[in-house]
Amino acid sequence: MSDLVLLLVTGVGLGALYFIAASGLSLIYGLMGVLNFAHGVFMTAGAYAAWLTMGALPGTWPMAGRLVIGVLVAVAVGAVVGLVVEVLLIRPLYRHHIQQVLVTVGLSLAGVAAAQGIWGADPRSVDKPAWMSGTTELLGARLPNDRFVYLLVALGLFAGLLALLHLTRLGLVIRAGVENRTMVEALGIDVHRTFTVVFALGGAAAGLAGVLHSQYAGAVSPAQGGSLLIFAFIVVVIGGMGSLTGTAVAAVVVGLVQQLANYYAASGVGDLSVVLLLALVLLLRPTSLKGATA
Amino acid sequence: MTEENPSTRADAPEPPGPPVLTLHDVHVRYGGSHILQGVSFDVPATGVTALLGRNGVGKTTTLRSIMGLAPRTGRILLQGNEIQAQRTARIVRGGIGYVPEDREVFGGLTVDENLRLVDPDHGVDAPVVARLFPDLVTRRGQRAGTLSGGQQQMVSLARVLLRENALLLIDEPTKGLAPKLVTEVADVLAEVALTTPILLVEQNLPLVRRIADRVVVLDAGVVVHRGAAADLVGDADLTRELLGVSMRREGAA
Repeated sequence: MSDLVLLLVTGVGLGALYFIAASGLSLIYGLMGVLNFAHGVFMTAGAYAAWLTMGALPGTWPMAGRLVIGVLVAVAVGAVVGLVVEVLLIRPLYRHHIQQVLVTVGLSLAGVAAAQGIWGADPRSVDKPAWMSGTTELLGARLPNDRFVYLLVALGLFAGLLALLHLTRLGLVIRAGVENRTMVEALGIDVHRTFTVVFALGGAAAGLAGVLHSQYAGAVSPAQGGSLLIFAFIVVVIGGMGSLTGTAVAAVVVGLVQQLANYYAASGVGDLSVVLLLALVLLLRPTSLKGATA
Repeated sequence: MTEENPSTRADAPEPPGPPVLTLHDVHVRYGGSHILQGVSFDVPATGVTALLGRNGVGKTTTLRSIMGLAPRTGRILLQGNEIQAQRTARIVRGGIGYVPEDREVFGGLTVDENLRLVDPDHGVDAPVVARLFPDLVTRRGQRAGTLSGGQQQMVSLARVLLRENALLLIDEPTKGLAPKLVTEVADVLAEVALTTPILLVEQNLPLVRRIADRVVVLDAGVVVHRGAAADLVGDADLTRELLGVSMRREGAA
């Protein structure tokens, strides 16, 4: 029983990370039709930004305070990187989907190489607040505290994005654009400005995912963003591209399947089982590839 | 204006005053297809101008080229200002309202949200909606995707009427609608046309006869006829020749 509770909580915590990583990806694809392979670089940028910030702050400050500032810097860096990439690289290639894929793939390779060149290929350990490294006993299981943090952050992000989509003018334009961006333009709305905002928003979420993932892994490394991106893509495809609620559900399912398979089958089977889940979903529900409403 | 026609329609093909829209030698190519091959015509600043022709001659493409939704060359002038290099949203804000073929309402949004995209402050509460589309006021919270075809057409029309327009482009507004709804749409168009000129693509000839003042007929990507609507629709031979609506050319595409 305690094993199951542990697996469920860690699975949901992992799913929370996947959701944070996938939410921006899903919005960007849903609205703009851009498969952003550079999303992993946004995450890596956020992770390194937070690591550098936390290292630069006085060691006498409380660890949690340094982490919060690191997170804020990571979110800001992610947003700026997303904005710059959209304006400089994506916008000139609007409607040229193959070229967009090539550019974002190229950027993801260049980003990893740049991080390796500057900080080396080896993982660099990150500090973690003591409480987040500890555990809480619940139903006989000793649950890692950091998973609760990821879950709370993911819930906050989910609620914030839902509020944005359903309570604001920007959200209305995004929801309409996910359905039919040409018609949004044909109603006199400059959908390109919305693209830039959504890319910056996606970048901010990616920066957040990057720093939390580095807390999860206990280190930053150049390829970290790329490995999280693979799962984020799987989550987005299973959840129905462009659907935020679908992304949330898929993230939790993927996290749970991975965790349970790793424990009950064999270590390492979790990754395989997620790919099998993806194949299964695509066979049974191929429409999930086509996108949905935000 | 002539005395023979007691209606308010202008029988003169080109009324005095500058046109609201001018197309000059507009070409559209998609891949290897040359869809519009030098289309030139004026849309007068009053009344309804119907754009007619058989299926596939480029009527919808003409509207899309004006809106910047099709890759085009040539000159397009709105009230004397060149707009052929402008992006779609700018053209709309410059004064052209566009009601596309197949309505293209946002099915996942409510009726009110569809309208608030254009008029964030009023949406379905705008006076023009209550006046022309009272049914939409009662359905404000309904998802547009669950509306009937006629109701979706009303949403699509209402959306553009929330803006001040110098010209409306309306593409087959009665396509697939029951006869009663065709009449309702025609009533709305006739009322709107009193204040805003309309360039209308329409296959329904009785409707063209009722509300259009002038016609422009396309064939194979060029203009082949311009004139008063009554002259064309009242002349069976000419209609057959230009539009193929006869036993001989029935179903020609």
